[in-house]
Amino acid sequence: MKKKKLSRQTWTYIVVLIVYAVVEIFEYAGLLSSHLTGLLVPATYYAIVAVGLNICVGILGELSLGHAGFMCVGAFSSSLFSILTENSLPTAIRFPLAMVIGIAVAALFGFLIGIPVLRLNGDYLAIVTLAFGEIIKNILNSLYLGYDSNGLHASFTSQMDLGMEADGTMLMNGPMGISGTPRDANFTVAVVMLLIALFVAQNLINSRDGRAIMSIRDNRIAAESVGINITKYKMLGFVVSAAIAGAAGVLFSHSISTLQAGSQYFGYNISILILVYVVLGGIGNISGSVIAAAVLYLLPELLRALSSYRMLIYSIVLIVVMLFNWAPAARNWRNRVLASIRAKFGKKGAKA
Amino acid sequence: MALLEVDNLSIMFGGLRAVDDFNLRVEKGELYGLIGPNGAGKTTVFNLLTGVYKPNEGVIRLDGVDITGHKTVEINHDGIARTFQNIRLFQDMSVIDNVKVGLQNQYHYSTAASIFHLGSYKKVEKEYDDAAMELLSVFGLENERDYKASNLPYGQQRKLEIARAMATKPKLLLLDEPAAGMNPNETGELMKTIELIRSKFGITILLIEHDMKLVSGICEEVTVLNFGRILKQGKTREVLQDPEVVKAYIGE
Repeated sequence: MKKKKLSRQTWTYIVVLIVYAVVEIFEYAGLLSSHLTGLLVPATYYAIVAVGLNICVGILGELSLGHAGFMCVGAFSSSLFSILTENSLPTAIRFPLAMVIGIAVAALFGFLIGIPVLRLNGDYLAIVTLAFGEIIKNILNSLYLGYDSNGLHASFTSQMDLGMEADGTMLMNGPMGISGTPRDANFTVAVVMLLIALFVAQNLINSRDGRAIMSIRDNRIAAESVGINITKYKMLGFVVSAAIAGAAGVLFSHSISTLQAGSQYFGYNISILILVYVVLGGIGNISGSVIAAAVLYLLPELLRALSSYRMLIYSIVLIVVMLFNWAPAARNWRNRVLASIRAKFGKKGAKA
Repeated sequence: MALLEVDNLSIMFGGLRAVDDFNLRVEKGELYGLIGPNGAGKTTVFNLLTGVYKPNEGVIRLDGVDITGHKTVEINHDGIARTFQNIRLFQDMSVIDNVKVGLQNQYHYSTAASIFHLGSYKKVEKEYDDAAMELLSVFGLENERDYKASNLPYGQQRKLEIARAMATKPKLLLLDEPAAGMNPNETGELMKTIELIRSKFGITILLIEHDMKLVSGICEEVTVLNFGRILKQGKTREVLQDPEVVKAYIGE
């Protein structure tokens, strides 16, 4: 049985790689419109942040509505680093470092938010994380940052208040955000990061620490009674989840020309959008999150030709997927079909 | 020296003395029963012993060490494991993973090894597998190892809960109504299991039970609680025939 689990994990990687190869071939053959090509990286980083959120919702069992906030801090911290070192470091060193910094900063924020938040349960935790996401977004939205020969200047009011010398360089321009981040992230890098996120998430589930996290989700009182340190493992799950969201943020900031902390990128609606991916892909089902994120992100864009009907179709798809994944009758039917497929393959395997 | 020594244990909930002046001596290797009518305070005693509640008065000593006021997690590390009246399994986890969570504090590797499956991960996971399978086979659950815990029939869920508690290598095992909701067949099987784990692991067991057949069948000594106070304490047969005990249970 353990072998079976292992192969499921490996299958996830294989499917991701096949999809990647097909997309690359299509792109070389010129079959993809430039519009679609532009959607590949976003679809991948939304898949990554969905994997991260699924660790929080599915494995840790806590509802977070602030994952766009972790994406946001990952995006801005790594972007600042990349701009400051653009001329001094080659891309091959700079981008991995930016990635490490974005992940570390998101993990740090996860830790800091986790200290008060993980004492709360259920709805309260959702509300506090929601507020965190909004606060982070609004702070970054009003932050002006620049440097000159006198060092770093920061202000929350306006560019003028920075009091910089004429030759100073602006880093963050309030609502205008950060522009000129080197565009180091491409589809290949994004897929590599997705594979790493999957690797981390699935390894965690099949490990000592992962079992401790899941035991708290299933029954906190029983977990305490067998000596599980609740605070430690809740924190671990939350920090890993935030760190993966941070990695998605790094990809985000390194794939667009101007990084702004706007609602359309980091608002609570984005946090909820990610939650939709997680719920529809299956809570606790890591590979399901990837599929749901990729399909549901691309779908409204691909339906653009249908103009005003596209959101109608999108919502019908959401309802159908929801029923397919969660309605008891549909689940039974799916299990029967899967079992019969397995039986057939098993027979073939035995003959061969 | 007794393994578990409880002196003058009391707890108040508002104005109610839920447990009042409770004393208990459980010797090493003993199978001890705690009985009494509904609401007598039996589960409250368990919750006091496992740190869920803090006593207002009294001292609890395990193996000579004062554990009064320790937290639930620490008390498990001190050497007390328990099961619950209404079964508390890790429902969405597999049967074997339930036991592995119980083994958590005996087999270690780092968090980094957890995330990247590096270093001692493989070796220690093998130890987890072996130890968990050994326990499951004691309870006859080895064929159900990959079932989801919530899909097990009731009797097996009880057994799995005991297996999980045993996995923490306790000195003292507390069983809270292990036979509740079981049919006579299942109860008979459970009695065998309890006797088996006592002889196999040499463990001391304190159990709450309503099923008098089970109590008189396996417990050497019992304490009868009524309205939070000790009514009778002593050898099982003598206590169960005591007119006061009969009155408390059945009425006059």
